[in-house]
Formats: sequence, structure tokens, C-alpha cells
Amino acid sequence: MKKGKINDVFGKPLAVVNVGLESMAQAVKDQGVPTFQLDWQPPKEGVKHLRITKSGINIDEANEEVVKRIKQARPTLVDMGVAKNVIPGMHDRMILHAGPPITWERMCGPMKGAVMGALVYEGIAGNEEAAEKMAAGGEIEFSPCHHHQTVGPMAGIVSPSMPVFIVENKTYGNKAYCTQNEGLGKVLRYGGMGPDVYERLKWMEDVLYPVLKRALQSMPEGIDLKALIAQALHMGDEGHNRNRAGTSLFLRAIGPALARTNQDNEVLAKVIEFIDKNDHFFLNLSMPAGKAALEPAEGVEGSSILTVMARNGTDFGIRLSSMPDRWFIAPAGEVEGLYFPGFSAADANLDIGDSTVTETAGYGGFAMAAAPAITQFVGGTPDMAVSATLEMYEINFSEHEGFTIPVLNYRGTPLGIDVRRVMETGILPKLNTGISHKDPGVGGIGAGILRAPEKCFADAFEAFQKKYF
Amino acid sequence: MSVKVLIKTSEYHDSVSLMLVARELTEFPGVEDASVVMGTEANKSLLEQAGLLTPEADATTPNDLIIAVKADNVVAEKALEEAEKILSKKSTVGGEGAEFLAKSVRGAVRSHPEANMAIISVAGRYAAEEAWEALFQGLHVLLFSDNVSLEDEIALKKFAAEHGLLLMGPGAGTAIINGVALGFANVVPAGSVGIVSAAGTGLQEVSTLLAKNGIGITQGIGTGGRDLKASVGGIMMLAGLQALQEDENTHYIVLIGKPPAPSVTQLVVDQVAKGSKPTVMCFMGGDVTVADGVKNAMAVRTLQEGGLLGAKLAGADLPDIDALIAGETADLKVQADELATTLSDGQRYLRGLFSGGTLCYESQVIWEELMSEPVLSNAPLNKAKTMEDSTRSEGHCTVDLGEEEFTVGRPHPMIDNDLRIRRIYQEAADPEVAVIMMDVVIGYGAHMDPASELGLAVQEAKAKAKAEGREVIVIASVTGTELDPQGLTRQAKALERYGLIVCPSNAAASRLAGMIVEKKAV
Repeated sequence: MKKGKINDVFGKPLAVVNVGLESMAQAVKDQGVPTFQLDWQPPKEGVKHLRITKSGINIDEANEEVVKRIKQARPTLVDMGVAKNVIPGMHDRMILHAGPPITWERMCGPMKGAVMGALVYEGIAGNEEAAEKMAAGGEIEFSPCHHHQTVGPMAGIVSPSMPVFIVENKTYGNKAYCTQNEGLGKVLRYGGMGPDVYERLKWMEDVLYPVLKRALQSMPEGIDLKALIAQALHMGDEGHNRNRAGTSLFLRAIGPALARTNQDNEVLAKVIEFIDKNDHFFLNLSMPAGKAALEPAEGVEGSSILTVMARNGTDFGIRLSSMPDRWFIAPAGEVEGLYFPGFSAADANLDIGDSTVTETAGYGGFAMAAAPAITQFVGGTPDMAVSATLEMYEINFSEHEGFTIPVLNYRGTPLGIDVRRVMETGILPKLNTGISHKDPGVGGIGAGILRAPEKCFADAFEAFQKKYF
Repeated sequence: MSVKVLIKTSEYHDSVSLMLVARELTEFPGVEDASVVMGTEANKSLLEQAGLLTPEADATTPNDLIIAVKADNVVAEKALEEAEKILSKKSTVGGEGAEFLAKSVRGAVRSHPEANMAIISVAGRYAAEEAWEALFQGLHVLLFSDNVSLEDEIALKKFAAEHGLLLMGPGAGTAIINGVALGFANVVPAGSVGIVSAAGTGLQEVSTLLAKNGIGITQGIGTGGRDLKASVGGIMMLAGLQALQEDENTHYIVLIGKPPAPSVTQLVVDQVAKGSKPTVMCFMGGDVTVADGVKNAMAVRTLQEGGLLGAKLAGADLPDIDALIAGETADLKVQADELATTLSDGQRYLRGLFSGGTLCYESQVIWEELMSEPVLSNAPLNKAKTMEDSTRSEGHCTVDLGEEEFTVGRPHPMIDNDLRIRRIYQEAADPEVAVIMMDVVIGYGAHMDPASELGLAVQEAKAKAKAEGREVIVIASVTGTELDPQGLTRQAKALERYGLIVCPSNAAASRLAGMIVEKKAV
């Protein structure tokens, strides 16, 4: 903190933060001085304010390093590849899934459905029943996407022959991977199974992937995803539940390369149609962009900032920069949602997916104020969307100057979920998400919002204290 | 059960709004299922799966809106009407729930980077943490809360001083920074006198005495009462003093407090000597020789002397202060002698009822010199003069009703007059009481019309005593200025109308009260 002089305040206009009795500030207000009343609550019993670790690490400085690395990241879409060839540790009998580690027995319906579907799609199993037996019989190794520099929306299933985007963080050289987005409704990532699902996946593998890959390979600079996300935030996206602008921007960015590298106009038209009809196509780029930005921020001693936040439909898990290999787990929450025709909350699976990487990286639900078009999720008015973002500033260590929100006077988005702030204020991260049907095979049925569960934050805070105090 | 469909051609709504309408429709009594979607192929297939797709719905284009309801005919018709209403309803919410209040100091500063001062009044055990947070965010702090540990105070002040920040308090209710009254403070003019005070009402009394003599201030920095203890070492007094010494607008300085620990006195004197600005050290009842040998330092023993000397230094047209006070005292003596004649034989005692702790202290300093008998208090000059039971007066005594014993779970007597009113009746009913003396502190933070409430009580209490054949003398002074919201003259005149004798300073009121009972004692 910089040292000043008491005299510096002399002669300056006062602006007062009032902590406590409103009457104390009334007089100041009456004198025409700007006064900001806190909505103050006593801290939760037993939550200590942690500042300097026993070994002398200033937590704020450690956190500063973490957010510096995230802000400096330049996630860039550079190439595509097949999962088993490019994802570290991936093999022929491995399936990646969203969230913290989980066994087949504990997987929720949509994740099981997506695993079975993926095995059929791969040709590893002849049908869903066979797939279920294989999965239950231990023939398949399950591993979290996050253990493989990968992220996956909803069930987050990545099987060996799926094509994936390769996002490189140009600043740090690390990479992140994510599949291509299939669209909404009955799709694999929501637990959808059936011939139509596999057919679409096959088309994405045989047509979409080569077309996109060729185009990308003709772009030596790749596509700057940070720039696209920043622009999308100015066009009504928050990068999680709304990706319409991002998808459009992506098509614009890759358009000329697509035209130049493809011979068959009809194929090209189908590819463009597919992307255009799927407002969430860009989600599978905004997510690995976040992952690529966050990974270099892992492993900073003394930092209380989250670098991972993900759900597998059964558990909600987080990891801290200072303890990057340790998951803190709590039961996944219920989503407060809006549903597609014919579905209701009774059909909904618990919170699922790696897409909370967007909030972790400083956009998604935290940038709700930028996305007035989907404010119904937070209660209906743009003002409430603004409040939702303002509230998130309370628990985030910093603000991402690279991602600004016009309605907040171009203020940076909340960045760096600080487990200390979460515990001190009792404010839990507010997340945007899609909703899967709880049964295998059905698919996506809506979207909504929820808070992260408190328990994993409490556990992480306790472990952090144990390690450093 | 049937499916009714309403098609609105070329009417676009975003999908989330539509899902919201659908949810409301589904909750409509008697509706089994409902859907409100644009007529895209994907949506039509969803409608089909849900059994909501009618031929007319199937014929729509992606630009048409489909509202489909599954219910009895009558209910379905009503539900469709409702859907139209919901869709056409413009958002009326907006303002409500829109204002977001930050939950933490840090959050407030992030949203309002211009913030530079925090006023903290949360319960003591949380106050230190909030003060730390404010300091870390680079805010100056007025820490109104009590019950902050000495260790916390010392650590906070050290940090603040090292970083050029004010940490005023704990227990600091008064400060005037850049002309803004923070907490309990008066509207005083801008001027050339800078004040650092370890006593809240001391700052109010001195700044208003300056104002009564046409002199204004630059800054009024509060330090909290414990600042001058040896353990705290006067950290804020010294930091504030140095800041004023370096402030180009401040030409004269007044320091206020109870006498500091000797080690702290030395530190303060040394710091005064480092500067050249004339500095009045108003450490009430303290040793005036501490200023000896420091050419720009003057030491006085009462707030009145401090205020008047400061005013004179700053150019007020005043004679020699000692002569001035001597003259005033002579006049008061005449008045005291006269008033004493109205008292009955058994009426001998003085009772002080204070809302301002510093004023209570100043009065005791004056009475100690003036009176032959001791005045006890719940906030005494020394422990030997402690009242046995502060809720029941005996002999000469003076009660600081702003002490914690009275304010736990109750508003401060500057804000709420009830406690003092009860005490006025209690004292006036005591046949041995001759004089009741009180302070009336106005300004920001204080009660909006203390004179009416206190005055009315005095009037009634006096009347009751009169009915029993006694004249009870009630003396007050008003700490305030004409510019205060309550108005100095308005308050003083009101008190006089109710039968109080109003003096121009707390010191004058104390002398008058003291001389009346002294006259009776002789």
C-alpha cells in the first residue's frame, strides 16, 4: 500500500463510506457530502480475516500475482485436433467428464447417458446397454477434464475420437482443449442418447471438424478469443448463458478463411448454418479461453483465489491457486431455472458442467450486467442484473480491465473469486448454467442460475488456514 | 382437456422472456401444460413431443409467436388472454431493489473510488476489523465504536500514521475535516485555527467558542480519549499536530485533552517545538508549566481558556484572556450572590447532569479550584472522587450521562433526552439540591431541539419544588453556533423561557453554579 500524508486529504472533497448506524452518516449526507452506506452484516462467527501467512506471505500480494497472470493471458484459438491425439493423458479407453473426480456409480443420469452415448458413438459399445455394462464393469477410465487441460460444458464428456479446439495462451504457452458445441436440446453433453445424437456427432467429426481445422490452419495468427469475448460482452453476451454475439463474431472472424479453404459451397453452407443456428457454439471457445487463462495462475503460494470451479452433476468442486491439486467438494445445488416446453423443475438434474470456468475467469454470470437480454434469469430487470454483478465484486479480488461492462461505465468484470471474501461476507458465487434432464438420454431442458454451495468454500478456507496459519 | 393455440404473427420476443411467460402460464390454475415459443422447427418439434403442436401452430414461421396451452376449453381461453397480458406488460419493477449497497468497505471503495473517509459505528468487537479494512483501502477513519481493545487501537494507529492516514478513535464522535462535520460536530466557519482533540465535546466546545468570537478553523481532528495514554503514546495527536504544522492554511493550533501521561506530554511538547505556529495546549487541569521554554507553546487549563486564547491569537478583538475571564467571573459572582438568596436553608448541593464527558471534566477542574467541598463524579478527575452509585446523587456530584454504563442499549444523551429528563426530576425533588447544572450540545448528530424537551422538564421540576417551597436553580450553557441546525440563540432563548439561566460557556456556567453553592456553604 502506498504511503501518503494526512495532509493529502486536506482541501479535497470528502466522500464517506458509512459502516454501521445510518444516523451517523445522515448528518454528513445533510451537508451534501457523497455518502455510501454499507449493507453491513457481522462476519460469520469464527471467520478470521486472513492477511499475512505464518511464513510471512502477504495474501493480497499473492492474489495480485494470480490475477495479474489471468489478466495477462492471451487465449487464442490456434488449431483443432482429435482428443486422443492432442489431449495430455488421453487414451483409447478413457472418457473425460465435467467437474471433480467421480465414479460411474455416483454419476448423475445425464452424465451416465452422455458416457453411454459416447461409447456407442465411438463404436466401443454396440448399444447403450452394452455401454452401461462396460462403464459399470470398470473397462473405461474416467477422469475429470480439468486434470487434462480440458473443459467440457454440462456432462463435459470427451471421448477419444472427438475433435477438440486447441486454445493456446500466447503469453504463457499453455494450451486448453474443448469439444465442438452440438447445440441445445437432445444432445450428448446434456445426457442425450440416440441415433440423431450420434449422427450429429459423426457429422461434426467428419464434416464440421475438417472444415474448421482447414480454415484455422490458414490463419497463422489464430483467432484471439480474449478479444472476441471482450467484444461479445459489449454486445449483450456474458459468455456463459448467452453466446449469441460471440458466435456471430466467431463466424465473422473465421468466415474468409472458411471460404478460402473449402471447395464445396454446399458443405460450407451447412457448416455456417450449423454454427449460426447454435447460439452456444461460442461457449465451447469461451470456456477453454477461460481455462487457458486460469491454468498459469495455479500454484501461487499463499493465494486464496479459486482457479477451478466445476460440477459433475453430483458434486460441486473448487480448487485454489495455492493448493492446485486438491479438490474441495460439496453436493451440487439445485438450479433455479426456466424450462423448455413440457419440462419443469421436477425433471431437472442438479448443477452440472465445467462452464463455471467462465465465472472463475471473470465473465459468465459475474458479467450479468453486460447481458440485459437474459436478465430474466436473475429476476427480470436490467437493474437486478447490474446488482448481480455489483454483488460479485464483493467476493472477487480484482477486476478484469480486459473485459469491461458498458452499463457500469466500462468497469472491469469481477475477477478472482477470493475464498476469504466469500467466507467473510457470506456471499456465494452466483452462477449461470444450463439444465439437464435428470434421466439419461433426454438432454437439455432449460437454463437458470444458482449459488455455489457454501461447504466447499468453508472447507477450502479451513484447509487454507491450516496450511498457512 | 384440449390444446388451444394463439398465434401472433411477426412478433419477436427473446426466448428467456417467453420461458418466463410459459412458467407463469403453467402455474395458472387448471393449466396442465403451456408453452410460449417462436415458430422455429426446433420449437415445433419440442411442442410436438409435449403434445402441444396443433396444425395452425405447425404452419407458423420462425417469425411468429406460438402460445400453446393444454387445459379445459374455458381455462385455456382465459390462460391465453392472460398470456397476452403478461407479454404486453411493460416492466414496472426497475427502481425497486435496484439500489445495490456494498456489503464491505472494500466493495464500497471499488464501486466508489472517490471515497476517502470511513465512519465506523458497528459493535466494538467487529469495529477493529472494519477499521483495518478501511485503512487498507486507503481511507481515513472516524472510529466511533467503543470497546476496541488497546492492542488493536495501537496497531491501527501505528499503521495509519505510517501510511499518512487518520485513525480518529476509537470512541471518537467528533471531527471536522475540510469543513464537513463528522459525527457530533458543529457548523463552524472556515478559518486559520487547526484543532487536534482527544476529547469529543472538547473539540465542540473550543470550536464553537472560536466561532462565537468570529474565528474559524481549518481542521478539527479527533483522536479518541485513549490516545494520550502512555501505551498509545499520542500517536494520532502527534500525527495530527504534524499535519497541521505542515498545513499552509493552518496558522494557529489548539490541542485538547485531559492531561496526557508525562511521557506523552513530552512527545507533544517536543513536536510543538519543532514547528513555529503558535500552539495552545489545552490539557484540562494540567500543569501549565509544560509549555515553559517553548516559545510557540502556551498551556491553559480549561476549554474556555483554550477557545478564547485561540481566538485571540487568530485575530479576534479580545483583551488579555486572564483579565477577560477574571472580569466575567466577577460579574458571575454578583449574579451568584443574588441567586443564592433565593435558596432555602437546607439547599446546599450542586448537581451536574452532563451529556458531554469533556464538559463534565472541565466543570470538575473549575470546581476543584473554586469550591471548598469535593464534587464526586462517575467520571472523576481522580479515583478518590468516584461516586458510589452514579444512579443516585449524594452531596455535590456530577454525572456524565454519556458514560458507557448509561448508554448500553440506549441512545446517547445528546440524541435522546429521556434519561436526563428523569434525572432532572430526581435531582429537583431532592430538598438538599441548590443548583442543577447541565450542558446542552447542539449541532450535527445531536437532538434536533433539546431545549424544548429539557426546558419543559426543568420548568415542571422547578414548579414542583416551588410547590414544596423551594427554588431550584438550573444553569446551562449551549455548545453550538448560530449556523447549527438547531440554532444557538434559538436554543438559548428557549431554555431561558423555561426558567434556566444560560451562560456563554460551560466554564462560565460551572463557575456560576460553583459560586452559588459556595456562597451557601459560607
